[in-house]
Amino acid sequence: MIIYLLCFILFLVGLYGVISKRNLIKIIIGIAIMEYSINLFFILIGYVEGGTAPILTKGFENSKFVDPLPQAMILTSIVIGLATTALLLAVAIRLYQKYGTFDINKIKDLKG
Amino acid sequence: MNSLIPLFVIIPLGSAFVMVILGRFIKNFNKFITPIFMLGLVYLTFHFMMNSEGTLIYKVGGHEPVGNTPIAIYMVMDGLAKLVLLIISLVGFLSIFYSLSYTKQYTAERKFYVLFSLMIAGMNGIVISGDIFNIFVFLEIAALSSYALVAFGVEKQQLEASFKYQVLGGIASLIILLTIGLIYWNTGTLNIADISRQLTINCSSPSGTNVFIKFISVLLIAGFGLKAAIFPFHSWLPDAHSSAPSPISAMLSGVLIKAVGIYVLIRLFFNMFPISYELSMTITVLGTISMIVGVLLAIGQWDFKRLLAYHSISQMGYVIIGVGIGMLILAKGGDKKIAALSISGGLFHMLNHSIFKGLLFLNAGSVEYRTNTRNLKKLGGLSSKMPITSGSSFIASMAISGIPPFNGFFSKVLIIIAAVQAGYIWIAFFAVLVSVITLASFTKIQKYLFFGELHSKYEKIKEVPFSMSFSMILLSVLCLVLSLLVIPEVRMIFLQPAVDVLINAADYSTNILGI
Repeated sequence: MIIYLLCFILFLVGLYGVISKRNLIKIIIGIAIMEYSINLFFILIGYVEGGTAPILTKGFENSKFVDPLPQAMILTSIVIGLATTALLLAVAIRLYQKYGTFDINKIKDLKG
Repeated sequence: MNSLIPLFVIIPLGSAFVMVILGRFIKNFNKFITPIFMLGLVYLTFHFMMNSEGTLIYKVGGHEPVGNTPIAIYMVMDGLAKLVLLIISLVGFLSIFYSLSYTKQYTAERKFYVLFSLMIAGMNGIVISGDIFNIFVFLEIAALSSYALVAFGVEKQQLEASFKYQVLGGIASLIILLTIGLIYWNTGTLNIADISRQLTINCSSPSGTNVFIKFISVLLIAGFGLKAAIFPFHSWLPDAHSSAPSPISAMLSGVLIKAVGIYVLIRLFFNMFPISYELSMTITVLGTISMIVGVLLAIGQWDFKRLLAYHSISQMGYVIIGVGIGMLILAKGGDKKIAALSISGGLFHMLNHSIFKGLLFLNAGSVEYRTNTRNLKKLGGLSSKMPITSGSSFIASMAISGIPPFNGFFSKVLIIIAAVQAGYIWIAFFAVLVSVITLASFTKIQKYLFFGELHSKYEKIKEVPFSMSFSMILLSVLCLVLSLLVIPEVRMIFLQPAVDVLINAADYSTNILGI
């Protein structure tokens, strides 16, 4: 049980970073941390105590396997996370070129 | 017929791929191919609407279920999916036709069409997917391309809006992914129909499952509420929708928040979870609040597109209360006829809103295209110079504020009648009040933008080019034609299949699993 709690705390650490930090790069790091914690959570769901890799070979048909589906989902989700982070960083670099700063207090043209 | 279902994803995704490669060598290839395949999708949707009934299933890879457990990825086409696909392809075609002239101001014109096709592929995928993880994957495709499209102008404001949108959208996606993990943990399946069956079996025995369902529901409302910009989660919408290029604003406001947010919420809460009273009350209350807050925030705006974006929040509130009242009646076991009336009002308003809000954003784009400003205080008297823009914007304004011959009136009336019949007098009262305030704020637009004195700077402006005015004329005609949906015989063809899916919510899983 404790490992799930630790995983949830990791999620909250990321959320804290997104909410409280003023630097664009730190916000992006926060989002990345949240993402990793959820990937970890998926792996935990599929884990079976003492299980082996889910490959059917002769003589091992009846042994314990870990659940392969969460792992497949996480591979997809890691790729999606890569795209999200890359786009966020690209926009952050463009913002730096326009404003000359990463501070979100100085980037506030849109109001109301 | 069943094997045609994946085409809704394959066509736009394949075209996006081909456009990246061939667009480099052939001049105007992207501009030529995108409207053509969008027209093809419109035809395909009508083909499905006219010629098929009930639920069609396509199993990717052709794997048959083992025992009672579905193995393949399911693609499901039912009444609700057809209605949303109609919205996507119709508004998508008209706004891409509009973009043909509009995108000339951008340097990276080719990439606009590639991103647009990706967004269409993502939204179509969400709608036809019968699998909760694939909904997430397609949602990310649609969301990523929309983030990039919001920042397409790469000016200060666009970048800032896009960053804000990405951070909030990213958090929403992560919450949705967490929910998918929790659902898989509890039920051991990802297929929506199968999850629904498992939850119904589990629900009858221990009380712990009810707590689980409530927890999941709250997370889902937070995740998809952020995507749909329901009241406490709406702060990104005015920035993102007002900063994007105008045809994209029309797509975001008219289609994306419906396909990504409202559609998935409706689908999951009707067809996956057992309908509960508390949850439907939460949804209805949130809808009412966002309806009121959106319109109150809209009154004080002087930026044309920002004002329209706030009205999107308010109008989505109407859709949510229409569906929410239907849910409340079903949860209490009340009269199914009133529930059907209310839900059809909500879905009808969703269709109408995509048409008139799309048209209004295209009008805003036309005004900006000729005058380079969106500030209402600096404009005036454009009706003599731009008659088509002015006329179509007048029609759309009347439609959104609910003036009789136009479509907005009939859907609002359906929702209000249903609310009164179901005994929710206050909701009906607020719906009428918000409608009046909407009329006031659109009167303001008409006055400052199209009437009054013409600024001397704008003496020489002309009407917009053909492709832009064609889209606007067609959308204003649709504003009138869609009023016909209020006639019961016409409604049977277009709206009734979608309403049936939601009224007989439990049939969804039996239809798909066949048990």
